[in-house]
Amino acid sequence: MKKRGEAAVMCEACHKEPATVHVTRIVNDQKTELHLCAQCAKERGEIEMNVEPSFAFHNILAGFFEPETVVVSHPSRPAALRCSNCGLSLADYRRIGKLGCSQCYAQFERELEPLLKRIHRSVEHTGKRPKRLAGGRLDVRREIERLRRELQEAIAREAYEEAARLRDQIRSLEQGL
Amino acid sequence: MSLKDLINKTLSQWMKGTGPERDIVIGSRVRLARNLAGVPFPSIADDEHKAYVIKETKRALQATNGTLGRMEFIPLAEVPPLERQLLVEKHLISPAHTQNVKHKAVILRDDEAVSIMVNEEDHFRIQALFPGLALEEAWKLCSSVDDAFSEVLDFAYGERFGYLTACPTNVGTGMRASIMMHLPALTMTDQIRKMIGAVSRFGLAVRGIYGEGTEVLGNIYQLSNQITLGHSEEEIIQHLQKVTMQVLEQERAARQRVLAQDRLRLEDRIYRSYGILANARLLATHEAMQLLSDVRLGIDLGIVKGIEPRILQELMVMIRPAHLQKLMGQELDAPARDEKRAALIRERLRLAEKEGG
Ligand SMILES: [Zn+2]
Ligand SMILES: [Zn+2]
Repeated sequence: MKKRGEAAVMCEACHKEPATVHVTRIVNDQKTELHLCAQCAKERGEIEMNVEPSFAFHNILAGFFEPETVVVSHPSRPAALRCSNCGLSLADYRRIGKLGCSQCYAQFERELEPLLKRIHRSVEHTGKRPKRLAGGRLDVRREIERLRRELQEAIAREAYEEAARLRDQIRSLEQGL
Repeated sequence: MSLKDLINKTLSQWMKGTGPERDIVIGSRVRLARNLAGVPFPSIADDEHKAYVIKETKRALQATNGTLGRMEFIPLAEVPPLERQLLVEKHLISPAHTQNVKHKAVILRDDEAVSIMVNEEDHFRIQALFPGLALEEAWKLCSSVDDAFSEVLDFAYGERFGYLTACPTNVGTGMRASIMMHLPALTMTDQIRKMIGAVSRFGLAVRGIYGEGTEVLGNIYQLSNQITLGHSEEEIIQHLQKVTMQVLEQERAARQRVLAQDRLRLEDRIYRSYGILANARLLATHEAMQLLSDVRLGIDLGIVKGIEPRILQELMVMIRPAHLQKLMGQELDAPARDEKRAALIRERLRLAEKEGG
């Protein structure tokens, strides 16, 4: 994301403070930009959960994201929104930095997605699954994805024999699907 | 009981100084976070939920029927505070797990290679700790414990985000793998900061050994993965293993460089440190660890002879406050600990000299 120029853009809400939070919203392919100071952004609930400095993993995130730029791809939901299973609200979550129960992930998926992307640079689990779910088509697909990554790496290393072997392996797995 | 017996009794499997790359790698740890589906995470769970988790844990442990080895279920409320601290110092539980212990528990395998924290930040934190560079083994062991428990328990899992954890930094594999390494030469030559900067670009983090703090004791560092989502456990482990091998290579090269450039000065430093350890009457933890690091380097480089290398990991645990107080059988304030710490180290070195002859 590009850095803003020297001339400070003023907050579009209070017109008093320099804007430090630049919100880009994409709703139905319509892009709108909003420039706010930290205080106004917070009041309007525009700051994504991870910008709060009180976060336990703040240090881990340093360097992973640019706190001055926030991209919101959908309207933010009220902070009072609660998980129907454990009762944790979005506001609670933002305050403590931890979720309340496993169902929070489904209920706050929208809010969590950009955060997970920033922390892990991915939002798709590709690892182990509980045994009770093992052996299904998903495992085969995952295996194919894994082999594809290996294939890319082999090509990058110019290890063509290995690449050919991997390609055959992928083909035979794909036929099994 | 003799000091030797006591040491042997204290030693966890990981402190035995064995395993691959043992000249630099002290131990390998893999930890898996698991939760019961739908049950509130410990941070917001009420007594009833926490008691339910404990009940389920006992049921699952019973169902494994000894297949996981000799596992003991220990409710932490029944463990005196000092003894809880011993577990922290041996890296078997986290410092946080010694606080508000109602409904907290730990399951320990008799060799302490497996420990499971119950009702910590997540319902379960399954940990395997091995001496030396043994990530693969630690992962396999953890995974087998996970499998055994998941036969009975319904672990929270979603096809998109994987294993669901209290903190989003752990979601996905729920796995944190780490390597505990002794890096005196990289520290001495001031290359360590560069190394830390470099590995952080690979999604890995470096920290000291005790607690979350950045304080480094005895030039011992922990290298661990930060990313838990989007890569398989094997990939994360291979990645960590690769980076570790590079760090090892650099540490070894730095050792040889220091040796070649100024052997006399290095020998002088090592022998001075040895002299202080063997004679000092007061030693604070920080100083003792630095001196022990020097002596251990001397052992690794063949300068100091007749002392087992594992003296470092042995003493790094034994000189911690709780171990020291347990050893002396009394509560000790900080100045008293410094005195007893110095005495313990002197005795330990005399024992080594006698045996090494
Ligand atoms: Zn404003
Ligand atoms: Zn919830």
